[in-house]
Amino acid sequence: MNRSNAHGGWAILALAAAALAAAGPAAADWALDFPASATGLGGDIRSLHHLALIICVVIGVLVFGLLGYSLVKFRRSQGARPAKFSHSTKAEIIWTTIPVLILIGLAIPSARVLIEMEDTQSADLRIVVTGYQWKWRYEYPDHGISFFSNMAEKSKAAAIVGAGGELHEHYLRDVDNPMVVPAGRKVKLQLTSNDVIHAWWVPELYVKRDAVPGTINETWFQVDEPGVYRGQCAELCGRGHGFMPIVVEALEPNEFEAWAARSAEPDEPRAIMSNASADATGGGAAR
Amino acid sequence: MGETTHALVEHHDGPHAKGIRRWLTTTNHKDIGTLYLVFSLVMFLVGGAMALVIRSELFQPGLQLVDPHFFNQMTTMHALVMIFGALMPAFVGLANWQIPLMVGAPDMALPRMNNWSFWILPPAFLLLIATLFMPGGAPAGGWTLYPPLVLQTGEAFPFVVFSLHLLGASSILGAINIIVTITNMRAPGMGFMKMPMFVWTWLITAYLLIGAMPVLAGAITMLLTDRYFGTSFFLAAGGGDPVMFQHIFWFFGHPEVYILILPAFGIISQIIPTFARKPLFGYTSMVVATSAIAFLSYVVWAHHMFTTGMPQAGMLFFMISTMFIAVPTGVKIFNWLATLWRGSISFETPMLFAVAFVVLFTIGGFSGLMLALVPADIQYHDTYFVVAHFHYVLVPGAIFSVIAAVYYWLPKWTGHMYNETLGKWHFWLSAIFVNVLFFPQHFLGLASMPRRIPDYSVQFAEFNMISTIGAFGFGLSQLLFVWMLVKCVKGGQKASAKVWDEPQGLEWTVPSPAPHHTFDTPPKV
Repeated sequence: MNRSNAHGGWAILALAAAALAAAGPAAADWALDFPASATGLGGDIRSLHHLALIICVVIGVLVFGLLGYSLVKFRRSQGARPAKFSHSTKAEIIWTTIPVLILIGLAIPSARVLIEMEDTQSADLRIVVTGYQWKWRYEYPDHGISFFSNMAEKSKAAAIVGAGGELHEHYLRDVDNPMVVPAGRKVKLQLTSNDVIHAWWVPELYVKRDAVPGTINETWFQVDEPGVYRGQCAELCGRGHGFMPIVVEALEPNEFEAWAARSAEPDEPRAIMSNASADATGGGAAR
Repeated sequence: MGETTHALVEHHDGPHAKGIRRWLTTTNHKDIGTLYLVFSLVMFLVGGAMALVIRSELFQPGLQLVDPHFFNQMTTMHALVMIFGALMPAFVGLANWQIPLMVGAPDMALPRMNNWSFWILPPAFLLLIATLFMPGGAPAGGWTLYPPLVLQTGEAFPFVVFSLHLLGASSILGAINIIVTITNMRAPGMGFMKMPMFVWTWLITAYLLIGAMPVLAGAITMLLTDRYFGTSFFLAAGGGDPVMFQHIFWFFGHPEVYILILPAFGIISQIIPTFARKPLFGYTSMVVATSAIAFLSYVVWAHHMFTTGMPQAGMLFFMISTMFIAVPTGVKIFNWLATLWRGSISFETPMLFAVAFVVLFTIGGFSGLMLALVPADIQYHDTYFVVAHFHYVLVPGAIFSVIAAVYYWLPKWTGHMYNETLGKWHFWLSAIFVNVLFFPQHFLGLASMPRRIPDYSVQFAEFNMISTIGAFGFGLSQLLFVWMLVKCVKGGQKASAKVWDEPQGLEWTVPSPAPHHTFDTPPKV
């Protein structure tokens, strides 16, 4: 439902670019492009990126072609004699106006996607994400679930020089407890931090938002298909910045409900809500 | 002709003192220009060595060489040293040497202050480099100094702040000197619209410096009081806002970006007409475009902060204002193309670097345009795509322009032609390796490798390895540049006053090497 058809015209261009940039599976080695999107909105963002890229490539070919032609054609060693002209109002008007039109053409689809991106209303599930040096905490306030998510043991040795951890497939991008979400549902994240600024980023979900102490930032995503999506902290946050992975596991809605029922901790449901996030909620917040 | 008459009016020749005292006490714009340029070259090599530490660690996945904390110190210090130590002093050095020669002034307007603005720099950098050896190490929170992270810096923290204060003071003094010189000391007949483009771009840059550097000083002073005097400007626990720092920082930071590139535009606008043997196309629109870029640089700062969470209207405003910078920048590129069109082009080393600048800076401009689009930027932000973008505009952009300027004016400074074969080798190696170094970083960013990480997951291995090979190739190629410089200062084929075929400008009317004092009586324009 988030798949907007508004960019149909651009979709063809985007397809062409995707074909050009085809580099096998998204996260494979030698990847040259954005990963395939797991969300509808992400698909729109990816198309926008391709549109911008194509415009830049076309302008680049024209400009560099003209430059190359001049450099070859007007060489002194080939006996070129310099002309004397030093301005042309007509040319200058043309190359000021055309870029303005191109920019307007690019700004309109960008603004459309931006407006959709910022619409966090009517979410089906709310998760509070808190950044710590160096781990994440995920709280599901409506389910009484709260847990920390650390880098998996397998990669831990990585943070020590020369410890030479095994470079397994998900090296540095595996956690002990993933964030679990239902597929096909709109999930709203409320992000804050316990210490310094972090940024929660999962490339295939096309979501990146800073976790800032004293503030609650909001963003959202809706995963189309069940699956596992990996990312990591994107804002420098100290020594362990490179070792703060994020894993999102999207389940079928009924499986998600089963997981939530299993994971709720009846003994201490709300006590684990941190002061930081409680304060921030009280302080109200969408910046 | 001008040459001979000029030589006749030279009374006092040579510096007033010998040895180290000459350099410590000099008020001569040429000596001070040389000091700035030598200092800049040393810092370029120091910052480059730090970059090689970074690239060595990233050669392959896994931590092999340095602790992550030291890695973060390297990324932070590399940026501070390159921006404040290599690039800014290089442009000020070129301004010192060239502006009086180009406007026909006997010296800078405020020669003693000029001495000060240079001699503040070495102690400031001693302080900054010394932080590497302090408990807790050098600053490791990135050159952007974002709180709260930067407040976790060890005992080095006040030294970093003081060092940046000194660098800011130095820049402001230098900028004042440049503005006063340009506005008051032009030769009779040189109206503003007859000034060489390098002088124009520096005039505008100097105003940007005066506007931007005090903002940085304010921001880092607030950091200092947050840490030591109990204030809470940026501390959430005391009611402050860490994001406010980012707004203040980038209100300095974005004009700073143009401080690093506008003089480069000026240099390219001097070099291309010389080697195309044709006047610069669209002089007036160049001046207007430069001013427009300078103005826009003050209203785009928040495009560095699209993921911090800001109102939608704010995002739209900063996206559109940023996109519009492409228009005046495009005008400049098209003007250079039109200057080349139907010229009579030859490819001496300065021209090679200038042409490479036009191409590679434009590539950096394209990625800049892409970064302006908020939804796409959300994905690009803080990845290697951004690293590739700003290195394209700063290395084959700003640094290539400085190198081009050095090759272009070196015969005027030393009286000797540089070795053209060495120059060509330096160019081709630099131009190839800089792309091997930075182009793959676009792919790394798109494939989602974050910046400022000491280790990465295995899918990024290939392009990182290529990038590191490029880094060593580029770094080692710069040793050719140093060798060329040493050779050219020591000797070489005698340079004529004009040096090139038919270069325009007053600097070519004085002998090569330019005598210690020039234009004691103003030239006629």
